[in-house]
Amino acid sequence: MFAYLVRRLFLMLVTLFGISVVIFFLLRIVPGNIVDILFAAAGYVDPADKVDLEKQLGIDQPLVMQYLHWISGLLHGDLGYSYVSEKPALQEILPRIPITARLAGLALLFSASIGIPLGVISAVKQGTRLDYALRVISLSGLSLPSFWLGLLILTASVAMFGQMPIFNPNPQTWLEAFATYAVPAAAVGFRSAALTMRITRSSMLEVLRQDYIRTARAKGASDAAVNYHHALKNAILPVITVIGIEAAFLIGGLIVTETVFNIPGVARFLVEAIRWRDYPIVQNLVMLIAVVVVSANFIVDMLYAVFDPRIRYTD
Amino acid sequence: MRSVWALAAMAALSVLTASTATLAGEPKQGGILRMYHRDSPANASILEGATYSINVPFMGVFNNLVIYDQHIAQNSPDTLRPELAESWTWSSDNKKLTFKLRQGVKWHDGKPFTSADVKCTFDLLMGKSQQKLRQNPRKSWYSEVNDVTPNGEFEVSFDLKRPQPSLLAMLASGYTPIYPCHVSPADMRTRPIGTGPFKFVEFKANESIKLTKNPDYWKKGLPYLDGIEYTIITNRSTAILAFVAGKFDMTFPTHITIPLLKDIKSQAPNAICVVEPTNVSTNIIVNSSSAPFDNIDIRRAMAMALDRKAFVDILFEGQADIGGTMLPPPQGIWGMPKDKLATIPGYGPDVNASREEAKKLMQKAGYGPDKHLAVKVSTRNLAEYRDPAVILIDQLKSIYIDGELDVVETANWFPKVARKDYMLGLNLTGNSVDDPDQSFYENYSCGSERNYTNYCNREIEKLFDVQSQETDISKRKPLVWEIDKKLQEDVARPIIFHARAGTCWQPYVKGVTIMSNSSYNGFRYEDVWLDK
Repeated sequence: MFAYLVRRLFLMLVTLFGISVVIFFLLRIVPGNIVDILFAAAGYVDPADKVDLEKQLGIDQPLVMQYLHWISGLLHGDLGYSYVSEKPALQEILPRIPITARLAGLALLFSASIGIPLGVISAVKQGTRLDYALRVISLSGLSLPSFWLGLLILTASVAMFGQMPIFNPNPQTWLEAFATYAVPAAAVGFRSAALTMRITRSSMLEVLRQDYIRTARAKGASDAAVNYHHALKNAILPVITVIGIEAAFLIGGLIVTETVFNIPGVARFLVEAIRWRDYPIVQNLVMLIAVVVVSANFIVDMLYAVFDPRIRYTD
Repeated sequence: MRSVWALAAMAALSVLTASTATLAGEPKQGGILRMYHRDSPANASILEGATYSINVPFMGVFNNLVIYDQHIAQNSPDTLRPELAESWTWSSDNKKLTFKLRQGVKWHDGKPFTSADVKCTFDLLMGKSQQKLRQNPRKSWYSEVNDVTPNGEFEVSFDLKRPQPSLLAMLASGYTPIYPCHVSPADMRTRPIGTGPFKFVEFKANESIKLTKNPDYWKKGLPYLDGIEYTIITNRSTAILAFVAGKFDMTFPTHITIPLLKDIKSQAPNAICVVEPTNVSTNIIVNSSSAPFDNIDIRRAMAMALDRKAFVDILFEGQADIGGTMLPPPQGIWGMPKDKLATIPGYGPDVNASREEAKKLMQKAGYGPDKHLAVKVSTRNLAEYRDPAVILIDQLKSIYIDGELDVVETANWFPKVARKDYMLGLNLTGNSVDDPDQSFYENYSCGSERNYTNYCNREIEKLFDVQSQETDISKRKPLVWEIDKKLQEDVARPIIFHARAGTCWQPYVKGVTIMSNSSYNGFRYEDVWLDK
């Protein structure tokens, strides 16, 4: 197990190195740079000023040099300066991470706490009206884009209550924090809750048909014990995988949700940074997301072993 | 009898005015004006900016030498007021403009304001300073200024190469604040310091901009507000919903489209909304340096095929203006009168007749029903560019031109245009001051960086200088109309329409005036107050 862990960690580093190369060079392939955007915003182009500015920002250097400069800075904890705000990139990125992390965490919690129980109920009550109703809900969750759902929630709250949930950047209590994040988290988490529900249902149905479930019932185990102790524990692996993948994909939903609910998180910031071709912000943020995704995969693999004793990682 | 009625009407009007003034009440001190901001500006430096995303939130931090009266909607030479300058005088040959400066004014960090700051600011703008602006989009405004010279601590002179009375208009623009000598341009981008009614507190990109009252403002008793807070909301639907829900006192100025205005009025019937021209024209840029638009007949045919009213009806429900380069009257000071406009090919009332003429020109150039001209219509990937481009393509079909929409990302738009890598482009041009000098020299003079089409006509340039030196407005106007007419006939940059847009605020917000011929000059907000 230890050797496996070391190997996985080494592979993680290799993957992150590969990702850093891809991020860096793909970003440079995208037409236009910060200087082009700045001059586009100013409505004119002065070739001499352009050259000056490119030199000032260091984007006139060969790409390999720029890459090495970035990586060596990264290894020393120096993320560079935002081209737009001219502030340290770390100072720009850091305060936004907890906001998105809370939102993503709550969305995943929403996804798991709604999706898994409803998926189990749907499977256990297969073919009933309740099952059909839950399947309709899960289908609608997969079909509704989160930005549309977000706008619908906002419009409804203004139309019905004349109020609008507004982001509170400094919640003082847990309750305030929950009130700030709950609605947007539900909007973005609805889709993954629906997906979790469907996966849980199909996985449960498969397990419930197994011989050992019949055996458990024959031994007189209660429905609750059969469903939750015997069936769910064995059906949960694909669900964990899906939640892990969803954690990685969540960033897409968060971008639009943060925009619709005007939440100053890292996801919306990333889009703005891409719009400005603010390389130090974009490459560091995407790298951070890559670290999160790779780590999420790693954690999922580790959870497999925890949840399923049959799985043992060997050398 | 008529005069009796006139007197009665005037008496009634004066009673009405007096009662309105009473109802409005005395201004109250205090409160934070909460507005949303439509997008996150690149930085806080007005001198480097070219969008009112910068000068709306930061204009209140600064003062100009002179300013347009903030409560007269139409900017004109008559509405110029002294600000950091107490007064100004022209030399007898109109080549020297001298400002007597206000004494006792302090920068927000407590340092005194002097004539050296004025010199520093204009040295920066004219590119004479050792320090450099990262961008200097309005350098051409000062091309006739030889030098700016302080005469002691509180007087400064602008020495001109030739008379240019409109220099005052440029100095009154929201784009011409005075910067302090002791703060670097880089710091002005992140932590601007001014002499204005509001002090900069913070600017969090994509989040908010906060200003607080300057307690030591040189205008005693002002500002009334304790501060202004802009929440950056890029999603227009969210922003408008928040305004309707009462989270904001005011929308971002001229951010409301005509169709959206109806929504606001239905959901927030008490809101006060005004619709004004933005002095932003939607126009066609033509690459006349290569085929097929190097042929004047094809350029003219294209201009004659335009049905401008259709654009206005579709995009603005009829609420936009048709004119030439200069914003049309009554809001525009310098726009051509309707009868003169109608004499320009393509501006007449009979669009079908104009298109028949255009078809003849196209046939002369070798095109017809059996041989259409294929063109790419390039434009920026923004709705206000794309939507009229689609209508343009549809209209060009009527004269054997098959257009294909070529949507270009903002980052690539100006490099593409500068490379002349386009055939036709649909473009928007904002005029920050309603003055011919700003528009003509910036957009149509040979070699100007904003002259995207490289249109160059030395004869017209001579006329630019003639009108520019004319001090008598009644003589200058006909000259301007003549130039404008020639620019349209030359198809230099055919103007399709001048946009209008809405601004709304809650009824307790007092003292807001939306400028009717400029989107850039009315955001000092020092005497805006909240009646609550």
